[in-house]
Amino acid sequence: MYHIISIRDFERSDLDYLLDRAGEFDTGKYRPQALDDKLVALLFFEPSTRTRMSFATAMARLGGRSIGVDSVEASSIVKGETLADTIRVVSSYVDAIVLRHPKEGAARLASEFASVPVINAGDGAGQHPSQTLLDLYTIRQSMPIDGTDVGLLGDLRYGRTAHSLALALSLYGVTLHTIAPGGLEMPANITLELRERGMEVIEHANVEEAIRELDVLYVTRIQRERFPDSASYYNVASSYRITPDLFAGVRDHLMILHPLPRAGEIDPAVDQTPYARYFEQARNGVPVRMALLHEVMK
Amino acid sequence: MTRKDPSGGLIISPIRNGTVIDHITAGEALNVLRILGITGSTRECLSIATNVRSKRMGRKDVVKIENRELRTEEVDRIALLAPQAKINIIRDYRVVEKKGVEIPEILKGVVRCPNPGCITNTNEPVESTFEVLPKGLHCLYCDWLVKDDIANHII
Ligand SMILES: Nc1ncnc2c1ncn2[C@@H]1O[C@H](COP(=O)(O)OP(=O)(O)O)[C@@H](O)[C@H]1O
Ligand SMILES: [Mg+2]
Ligand SMILES: [Zn+2]
Repeated sequence: MYHIISIRDFERSDLDYLLDRAGEFDTGKYRPQALDDKLVALLFFEPSTRTRMSFATAMARLGGRSIGVDSVEASSIVKGETLADTIRVVSSYVDAIVLRHPKEGAARLASEFASVPVINAGDGAGQHPSQTLLDLYTIRQSMPIDGTDVGLLGDLRYGRTAHSLALALSLYGVTLHTIAPGGLEMPANITLELRERGMEVIEHANVEEAIRELDVLYVTRIQRERFPDSASYYNVASSYRITPDLFAGVRDHLMILHPLPRAGEIDPAVDQTPYARYFEQARNGVPVRMALLHEVMK
Repeated sequence: MTRKDPSGGLIISPIRNGTVIDHITAGEALNVLRILGITGSTRECLSIATNVRSKRMGRKDVVKIENRELRTEEVDRIALLAPQAKINIIRDYRVVEKKGVEIPEILKGVVRCPNPGCITNTNEPVESTFEVLPKGLHCLYCDWLVKDDIANHII
């Protein structure tokens, strides 16, 4: 059985294959009713609109159906029931399970108790592989990923999307540029792991210093709750904000990505520039998730 | 085991049946007892020597427990704290078996994951599972890496 749990489980060839498949779904090269006899459970124990909707959309586009519970219903389903039991029961209803859960490792656990494939749609501060795949897909739409310079900006300490994207990029000979406020730097063990995987990781003090060297700038959210008070938050947030005046002298094909929803990290004026690619990125969630759903249930 | 200590002080009686854990990393004897669930109220004859001189290790700890042979999981835990420990099984006052300890590749239910958000720290029916790497213990559920102070995380 094929589960999609963590980007660590994938080799380069697996990622390339899934990205190629996503490209086929994107350009309409698929049997329209490919999953018309399939039913997927969207188990979301934590709020999410985008991820949940894009899985539901992907399933509908393939002619399949989804049943689901959102965080409120989910918490009443469990009423003290373990996730392991919920998964065993739901497994007997459906052909695959998409799981979002607040605990790290929840999807791994689910895959051990499920009798159908499990797709991890985010487990706490842990993994979110479908997000990473759509990030890769978006980069690859514009340029070969190999050998690019990718900047990660924002909360690199707690930001799960940044960690799993960095791990995936380490399979592509990418040079990683990290730009994070003090205290929110990438954890040392992750940087170590990236370097062990042969990745060059360069730390920068600010975005101005790095941006002209980049092919991709991936911006992540800086959360208010990581700071002792609002003043220090606003101080940091404003110095890491992306505004159009940063783009003087950047590479023509620079792409600004963001997993969305954004708070104040990117000035809306950036949306009008050719560098803004985050809405395209969000849209790519559908073909990428079509590829994943199809892959595990075909 | 000498019945009469040359300095005329300490006397430890030999055990008839039981286990001698020798060559424990100096200072780890009390952690070894904790792993074995041995508390002050244990009835068995128990002797502990800490920081004794050893030709091989400079200083070492030794633990001797009567009427107790160790389970594999206990040996795995001891290996984490004292990789050079030697386990001697004593039957009828004689050492009948002597074995080293070995850290297994996967530790199941031995170490508690320090990540409070890890699924293994909930009421789920799952044991903590760590892969043993040269740089530390890697949680196979949440990817946490335990590098220091492993003794304090042993369940
Ligand atoms: N009957 C016993 N009671 C208590 N300790 C013992 C007994 N027999 C052996 N030992 C201890 O077990 C350890 C291993 O014994 P042995 O194999 O004779 O020595 P070594 O490993 O030092 O060559 C030593 O620390 C020894 O003092
Ligand atoms: Mg000896
Ligand atoms: Zn863990």
